[in-house]
Amino acid sequence: MSPESTAGVPRAHVLAHHFESLEAQQQAATLGMWIFLVTEVLFFGGALAAYAVYRGWYPEAFAAASHELDIVLGTTNTAILITSSLTMALAVHAAQLGARTKLLALLGATALLGAAFLGIKIVEYAHKFTEGHVPGPGFMFAAEHVAHAQVFFSMYFVLTGLHALHMVVGLGVLAWMMVWAWNGRITREYASPVEISGLYWHFVDIVWIFLFPLLYLIGRHPGA
Amino acid sequence: MPAELPPLFPEAASTIAPRVDALYEFLVGVTAFFSLLIAGLIVFYAVKYRRRSPDEVGARIAGGLVLEIAWTLIPLAIVLVIFVWGARVFFAIARPPAETLNVYVVGKQWMWKFQHLNGLREINELHVPVGRAVKLIMTSEDVIHDVFVPAFRVKADVLPGRYTHLWFQATKAGRYHVFCAEYCGTKHSGMIGQVVALDPADYQVWLASGRAEGSLASEGGKLFQDLACHTCHRPDVQGRGPMLEGLFGRTVRLQEGTLQVVDEAYLRESILNPNAKITAGFQPVMPAYQGLVSEDGLLSLIEYVKSLGDANRTPLAQPESGGPAPGEATPARPPGGAR
Amino acid sequence: MSENPVVVPSRHYLNDQVGVASWLLTRDHKRIALLYLVGVTFFFFIGGAFAVTIRLELATPAGDLLSDDTYNKMFTMHGVMMVFFFLIPAIPGVLGNFFIPLMIGAQDVAFPRLNLLSWYLFMIGAALATYAVVSGGLDTGWTFYTPFSTSSSTSAVVPAALGIFINGFSSILTGLNFIVTIHRLRAPGLTWFRLPLFVWSHYATSLIMVLGTPVLAITIVLVAAERLFGFGIFDPARGGDPVLFQHLFWFYSHPAVYIMVLPAMGVISELVAAFCRKPIFGYTFVAFASLAIAVLGFLVWGHHMFVAGQSVYAAMVFSSLSFLVAIPSAIKVFNWTATMYKGSISWETPMLYAIGFIGLFTIGGLTGLFLAALGVDVHVTDTYFIVAHFHYIMVGGTIMAYLGGLHYWWPKISGRTYNELLAKVSAAVIFFGFNLTFFPQFVVGYLGMPRRYHAYPPEFQVLNVLSSAGASLLGIGYLVPMAYLAWSLRYGRHVGPNPWGAVGLEWTTTSPPPTSNFNQTPIVTWDAYEYPARIEGHVA
Repeated sequence: MSPESTAGVPRAHVLAHHFESLEAQQQAATLGMWIFLVTEVLFFGGALAAYAVYRGWYPEAFAAASHELDIVLGTTNTAILITSSLTMALAVHAAQLGARTKLLALLGATALLGAAFLGIKIVEYAHKFTEGHVPGPGFMFAAEHVAHAQVFFSMYFVLTGLHALHMVVGLGVLAWMMVWAWNGRITREYASPVEISGLYWHFVDIVWIFLFPLLYLIGRHPGA
Repeated sequence: MPAELPPLFPEAASTIAPRVDALYEFLVGVTAFFSLLIAGLIVFYAVKYRRRSPDEVGARIAGGLVLEIAWTLIPLAIVLVIFVWGARVFFAIARPPAETLNVYVVGKQWMWKFQHLNGLREINELHVPVGRAVKLIMTSEDVIHDVFVPAFRVKADVLPGRYTHLWFQATKAGRYHVFCAEYCGTKHSGMIGQVVALDPADYQVWLASGRAEGSLASEGGKLFQDLACHTCHRPDVQGRGPMLEGLFGRTVRLQEGTLQVVDEAYLRESILNPNAKITAGFQPVMPAYQGLVSEDGLLSLIEYVKSLGDANRTPLAQPESGGPAPGEATPARPPGGAR
Repeated sequence: MSENPVVVPSRHYLNDQVGVASWLLTRDHKRIALLYLVGVTFFFFIGGAFAVTIRLELATPAGDLLSDDTYNKMFTMHGVMMVFFFLIPAIPGVLGNFFIPLMIGAQDVAFPRLNLLSWYLFMIGAALATYAVVSGGLDTGWTFYTPFSTSSSTSAVVPAALGIFINGFSSILTGLNFIVTIHRLRAPGLTWFRLPLFVWSHYATSLIMVLGTPVLAITIVLVAAERLFGFGIFDPARGGDPVLFQHLFWFYSHPAVYIMVLPAMGVISELVAAFCRKPIFGYTFVAFASLAIAVLGFLVWGHHMFVAGQSVYAAMVFSSLSFLVAIPSAIKVFNWTATMYKGSISWETPMLYAIGFIGLFTIGGLTGLFLAALGVDVHVTDTYFIVAHFHYIMVGGTIMAYLGGLHYWWPKISGRTYNELLAKVSAAVIFFGFNLTFFPQFVVGYLGMPRRYHAYPPEFQVLNVLSSAGASLLGIGYLVPMAYLAWSLRYGRHVGPNPWGAVGLEWTTTSPPPTSNFNQTPIVTWDAYEYPARIEGHVA
């Protein structure tokens, strides 16, 4: 099975019977992924709405709690994720060119960066546990803000936890694409699975771009 | 087993009830009219245009713009009328008059505690005078409940951590159901009682008959001493905490610069979690009383602070004049003890 | 009546492949529709069983049949089963799945494997909810209000919530599938404004499924986080706001009622057109009305919270928008009625259900005006008036439309017809039983009987007895169609492609259809309900 198929000839086994052409099928798949991403916007949107309400009511407690997050790790993670979106975009480009080796390498790099992100998150969560910042009966915080800081941390764990779950799913999707890239199922004509995976990965990145300032940067000033 | 037919309306025993009933009757009329119109047309057409042979088809009519506009605009006009009418009744229901007889209500699974200002307490029964506006200031000790008096056509949720209110003016003496109308668990349907509306003379008799240890405000005053509030909130000189005389109803400036009206909710929050909204010019030294005061205690403290004079009755320095507004930092009189 | 002999297709989607695996691993939208039919019917009767216990208990004022905890579980689980595992999936899952590809001339939906996954998610979610039922039950009300559901209830909240969460994904994927299918798989020549109104309705429904359900999902996550991990998101003692839950919950659950009624309206459009043999009056207006309902439906959630402590100004906004959302529904009712003018009207069972829908939905919808009117809503909210209102729409509306559609398309689905007399009698029993059950509830609600009450003051008894009597009739009415429809699968008379003489692509293929739906992709050059001058050669 050569990874480069003859140009313009769709391979029969990837075209489903109810689509008239591979192009129609790929357009449908892309539309489907965009709709799915809209549902994800609404999903995170609900949590962000709750966050916005509470932050509006307890600005100081939120700022104080936000200062307890590790900004170095958070910034590092942001940089990692943005880089991973770059490698993902390059991977999509490689798929569209039919460059199998580059595709595999870039998908691998994206997955590695994603894993690094999750690793750092685990470290951060561990810190939160030892500092007593996990909401619940064991929660500890400066007396001044204790009541409302807990709300901040509840939203922190819900938002970053759901985001991390989506990252894990994303790593699964990347693994799947790497398998397909390896066995030649991804070709110049049939690059849409990688494109669609790219859409998902970029979305998960964008969610983080929202979460980072909202959670880590409340009331922070340069040099503070 | 009751033998007579049930009525269609509950008794109308408040000033707002007839207004609600009037709108309801109008809505019943609108519903009946359109339902009968549609049903009538359907039956009429079904008979007149019934299929007479198996291969008959209907007329090829695609639509009619005039009709579409008509049956869009006419319903729109009707609902506009209903909206305005409903909103006006709602404003009357939602806004108590300036002078009300206040009763505090604490709902908990599964009973109602009514606290009169003179210290009388009732469980699941509330005595009120006919012909006076009564305002219920309500909170819950646990989950969301709801006070519903069908005869008065009023209802309001009772929330934990917050005060909500409901007002009515009874027009007829009698005994009326009060129901909990927000599902709250096992004995939700048992969380019921009666509002007993008495003619004013009878009400005075009833008020005097109860064995109250003292008014709600005086109870609050005792709690104020027991909890040592008076060590920082002093009536004679500025202590570590703001003076409470004449404070209720006033607008103060908070540390972060925003303005805050001193109402029941703010007082409650300031007792339970004082450092959330600190008055400008004061230090965050007040201990939090969360877990140390019950909802009943909170209500009595609030009533005590109200009894120290509210903004309408005993004004101190005017904020616009040269003197310091309560809460503003004043260099001449630093908060006691700090310097 | 023509006497052409019926040609029964020897191979069709039901017998093309045999064996359990060919059903459980099918990608054929028609088979998936039947899988949904089995599922929703099963859960309908479970939800119905809970309704029976409720009405039995409420026949007497005292709480003498069930303990209060048990009663609270009965009404909760009745609501959960009916809303999430019947009303939301039934018409889209059964009739939508079966007929959208046929109506647009396609061979299947855009993502057949996702379609099967949707069914599995539905079944898994329902199984989890059933597990919650049998492992102690759920007593929070289907609305799960906090803080009761997060800090007070000791029932199986998390398993039930998880079941609903998973079921939500079934809804989302179905909506996603329909949207892409309708956009991308229409036959050549089938422009948007030639689509049957059933398709428009499902498109609007799919928009709501896709945009609203995720908010329910996150709400469930927050409740589960509070119950499982002690996060105080809705706990007032820790700065949380229980009313925030209500906003998040109703942001989905109000549009959800349009998920339940829009597909039903789509069915009614098909039935009225078919049994009057003329185009739906004002096709374009009806199509846009579906979209208007979907959009406006997202803007009115606060009308469930007029007494919950929100500001007077918020209440005004939600009240006015709630009146606006009634207008497109009114437009539809008027257009259906106008369609009957100069129609050629036949009174078979599906048309009986359609007429029943129009009448009962009109009443139910108009009682919505009572609730949008702030001054009246304060009195009637959380009473039986509300219960009557939503049952008029969901039972008098959606379930009648579902049964009407099932009867209309049964010959296409099964290749057989059912006993018309039994069907008509059942429809009449259902109509009469329904009104006897729910009309008295408007009255007892205005009298002040709150909902979710296990015991009530004796003066409400007469109306409750009427309601319970109606419920027993209604129950019988629902059981009889089960029997004769099942019987017809084996003994019913065979029918040809178009037993009703209707117009629509689904009627151009055999009954039952072949697996690939059409032998040749149709090319559409006609409008949705373009009836020829005479119906030739159809076999009744």
